[in-house]
Amino acid sequence: MATIAAPAVERENYLNTDFRVRSWLLTTDHKRIGILYLLSITAMFFVGGFAATMIRLELLTPAGDLMSSDTYNKMFTIHGIVMVFFFLIPSIPATLGNFLVPMMIGARDLAFPKINLASWYMYITGAGLMMYVVLTGGVDTGWTFYVPFSSTYSNTHVIAAVVAIFIAGFSSIFTGFNFIVTIHRMRAPGMTWSRLPLFIWSHYATSVIMVLGTPVVAIALTLVALERAFHMGIFDPRLGGDPLLFQHLFWFYSHPAVYIMILPSMAVVSEVVSTFSRKRVFGYAAVALASIAIAVLGFLVWAHHMFVAGISAYAALVFSLLSYFVAVPSAIKVFNWMATMYKGSVSLATPMLYAMGFIGLFTMGGMTGLYLAALGIDVHVHDTYFVIAHFHYIMVGGAVMGYLAGIHFWWPKISGRMYPEAWGKIAAATIFIGFNLTFFPQFVLGYLGMPRRYHAYPPEFQVLNVMSTAGASILAVGYVLPLIYLLWSLRYGEVAPDNPWAATGLEWRTPSPPPTENFPETPVVTWEAYDYSSVAEVPVAR
Amino acid sequence: MWQTLPLWPARASTLAGRTDALMIFMLAVTGFFTVMIFILILVFALRFRRTRNPIVTHIEGSNALEAAWTLIPFGIFMVMFIWSAGIYMTWAQPPPNAEEVFVVGKQWMWKFEHPEGQREIDQLHVPLGRAVRLTMISQDVIHSLFLPEFRVKQDVLPGRYTTTWFQTTKPGSYHLFCTQYCGTMHSGMIGEVVVMEPAAYQAWLSGGNAEGSLASTGQKLFQQLGCTTCHRFDTQGRGPNLLGLYGKPVLLDDGRTVTADDNYIRESILTPGAKVVAGFKPIMPTFQGIVNEEQLLSLAAYLKSLSQPERRQPGSNRPAEPPHPASAPARSR
Amino acid sequence: MHDSSAVATHGLRHHFADMEQQRASATLGMWVFLVTEIMFFGGLFAAYLVYRTAHYDAWVIGSEHMNFWLGTINTVILLCSSLLVALAVHAVQVGQNRMCAIYLWIASAMGVAFLALKGIEYHAHFVEGAVPGALWKLAVPDPRAVQMFFYIYFVMTGLHALHVTIGVALLAVIGWHAARGRYSPVYYSPVHVSGLYWHFVDVVWIFLYPLLYLIAHKKA
Repeated sequence: MATIAAPAVERENYLNTDFRVRSWLLTTDHKRIGILYLLSITAMFFVGGFAATMIRLELLTPAGDLMSSDTYNKMFTIHGIVMVFFFLIPSIPATLGNFLVPMMIGARDLAFPKINLASWYMYITGAGLMMYVVLTGGVDTGWTFYVPFSSTYSNTHVIAAVVAIFIAGFSSIFTGFNFIVTIHRMRAPGMTWSRLPLFIWSHYATSVIMVLGTPVVAIALTLVALERAFHMGIFDPRLGGDPLLFQHLFWFYSHPAVYIMILPSMAVVSEVVSTFSRKRVFGYAAVALASIAIAVLGFLVWAHHMFVAGISAYAALVFSLLSYFVAVPSAIKVFNWMATMYKGSVSLATPMLYAMGFIGLFTMGGMTGLYLAALGIDVHVHDTYFVIAHFHYIMVGGAVMGYLAGIHFWWPKISGRMYPEAWGKIAAATIFIGFNLTFFPQFVLGYLGMPRRYHAYPPEFQVLNVMSTAGASILAVGYVLPLIYLLWSLRYGEVAPDNPWAATGLEWRTPSPPPTENFPETPVVTWEAYDYSSVAEVPVAR
Repeated sequence: MWQTLPLWPARASTLAGRTDALMIFMLAVTGFFTVMIFILILVFALRFRRTRNPIVTHIEGSNALEAAWTLIPFGIFMVMFIWSAGIYMTWAQPPPNAEEVFVVGKQWMWKFEHPEGQREIDQLHVPLGRAVRLTMISQDVIHSLFLPEFRVKQDVLPGRYTTTWFQTTKPGSYHLFCTQYCGTMHSGMIGEVVVMEPAAYQAWLSGGNAEGSLASTGQKLFQQLGCTTCHRFDTQGRGPNLLGLYGKPVLLDDGRTVTADDNYIRESILTPGAKVVAGFKPIMPTFQGIVNEEQLLSLAAYLKSLSQPERRQPGSNRPAEPPHPASAPARSR
Repeated sequence: MHDSSAVATHGLRHHFADMEQQRASATLGMWVFLVTEIMFFGGLFAAYLVYRTAHYDAWVIGSEHMNFWLGTINTVILLCSSLLVALAVHAVQVGQNRMCAIYLWIASAMGVAFLALKGIEYHAHFVEGAVPGALWKLAVPDPRAVQMFFYIYFVMTGLHALHVTIGVALLAVIGWHAARGRYSPVYYSPVHVSGLYWHFVDVVWIFLYPLLYLIAHKKA
């Protein structure tokens, strides 16, 4: 943190109150914990990214020639586990959410600051254990841990990996639990539910999923570990168990977990689209309710991952129907964001570019989700690259785009410095192009029938795989760029004003970076959300 | 060009055409909306950019619009749902007169057994134009049998039979993949399906390595294992009489009724105490670890033959015929 | 929330506006935590339901091997301890810190008694060979399914016993704080939320008891 140089007449803020390492490791300040999370998930992102690079390089040629099958299997497993449990799930909630939820509602901190710090330590413990697993031989079950492969047949560090996820899961429960209580109990005077920024609504919905879903996957994975350790079977068919029960319990969490990843990105996009269109979000109530509807319906669709797993055809019909229901609130959000831009005053700063990218790519991800919910088509494309492409459009095109939009949007508030705008735009364009080149060919591959998790593949699939790998290398450049220029900006960036975007949220009505107590005195809210007449006009169109 | 950059898989089953039709419909609908959304985002971003439109027109929202973009997508989704559900229900219900093939998956190979006795590994021969039903089980982990050109896939579970079916429309040789990750050589658990003209198929069936039909293997096994001591066909022994049992409802001692299908027969051999027939004592020993999955399939085939004195449809099973010279199956791609 | 009168602010953490906000946050926090706990046990209840439906006979046999009387006595113990915890919360609300401590300590001791009886039961299962896996010795018609019953039994009651153990320690510590006069009618959230936790532990047992011990009796 020594990189943040203190200019001569800097105001006291959460960064410069204390520079000792101890003051960071024992902090209960939600902003500092957000920074701790930011550093740790960025490290994990590049671990997961390394595994992804190895996967794409292996798939350049049809034969499995770069690494052995076992190594390849470990690579995609590590990529999945690290990206899902150690990057995407904590990505926005634990960094931006931690930083912003109290500020946006006018609170001094989260309701339980010590539990918040404990949550980071649990995350670090889980991540450390996972790194131990990676360095001592890895795990090869796939991030889904399907039994009986994981419980009986795999010879890798399944138990340690499961324990790592269990611990990280509790860090996510603690975060969600803290947000729910904070949003209910810590709002500033005048901050009614209908005046909450949509960021808060989405994080509320996310927290509900974290609190309700995570314990179920925790117990399911615990049962796998017990079965592996003591050979006492609850899922093993040789002991009378049913392997499908594991899949039900696993997806009961892991489908809603997709919404843990995407809802916070939607939260960011709502803020960004409104701010850079200088217009209140169109249909505020509809967007807020859509978040809640996604959280609720998200719990009722898990078995659409199991249409060909051997469940009853009638159960499949019900889950397919419910899966279409959950697509509706997502569609509502997309249309409302577009309507927000309509007749607004749009400026195309970097966060807005990412947000527009999000809307487009999330639309494609969502639309291809309809194919997977379609029973007849899912029979064909299930467990093929079509699925891979679909969920990367949601998680990379959606969640990561939203994350980057948010990082750029709130960077002035977090660091007190502006990022270099031109580089921001170049990186956003690079990521958009690289992403589409990586993942669009995979839709075609999937419909052609290339199965996922294949180390070697028939030669007729090679051209599309080469396109995908080429795109991945562009994408990699796109991800390294922000890392470089954001670090650069900490020292050389322009000093940020308190409200560079003339945004309306409470977080912009306090200094950049904010003081430890967030607000010199508790704000009293007298305006509606996104009331642009309550803030000064932006002088310069960026 | 399409040799190196294929964009659409071949269609080789009755289900493939239906799946592709829905796929094309969905591509059209979602393509239209995706392009519309991309264009509108770009148009709004340029038309209403700050330098050109500095003054915002405040619009709070519109219930009519919200209703429109809730109900219209919902309506379209329901069309997709119903259409796709129709295809799925066809896939989920094999026609009753289908040819039967038994499949055992294991790390990392596929074993196929025809009722006539032919066994194959990683290669499956089927007749053109006939519905074929696959009854599948795994010896170890979960696998999944995927036939992309037939648009058919079904997970293969340990401990329980699953079924799928297809009816081919084009002779040739087609991909067969395992799509459920199953360990080290998952991507090597592949094979091919060879679709043959019926005459050539008959020739193939009768030539080669058959060691008697599956049912006759089961019959031998039934005697070797001493099943006949209790399960007698003339009178009621200590165990139930199994003549004509297959496919019939069975009353259990706890009052429930189950159908005597492949799964029930398998369970009763491996865990006899689980579902005891009403009026009998749970005295049967378990055969867990004594019979393997292939032997279980042959026992089920034998019991099935006891219910069908005419032995399947005429023409599909002819152990008595003189062997044809083995002819190489026709292959094309 | 708008309580601006100069109440005692002993125990008020800096980021809360007032005692009322702090108390409400603590209570809501515990409720949310308990929802998480319910989902945690929920996965096991789901497994229980699936296998009980599939192997009802085996469940009856397994239930016959439960010690009905020890289970019943344990149920009574937990119910009584819950009453004591409720009395403790009342005592602290009216300023009787010492009575609060005594109630909590007795409740904690009852928790220990519960664990002791549970231990006796576990021991009996081991002696009898009613432990799934290599130590299994029971001769029953469908041993796989009965082992499944015992496996679920051990996981569910084991997880519950873990919660009881945490609760025993929690009540003892909170009782100790109460004895030292740390709480007041204005600041007693720790007693209240620990009480909620103990009631939750009790309620889980109220479900486990009939599901595990009483199936055999239903049949008779």
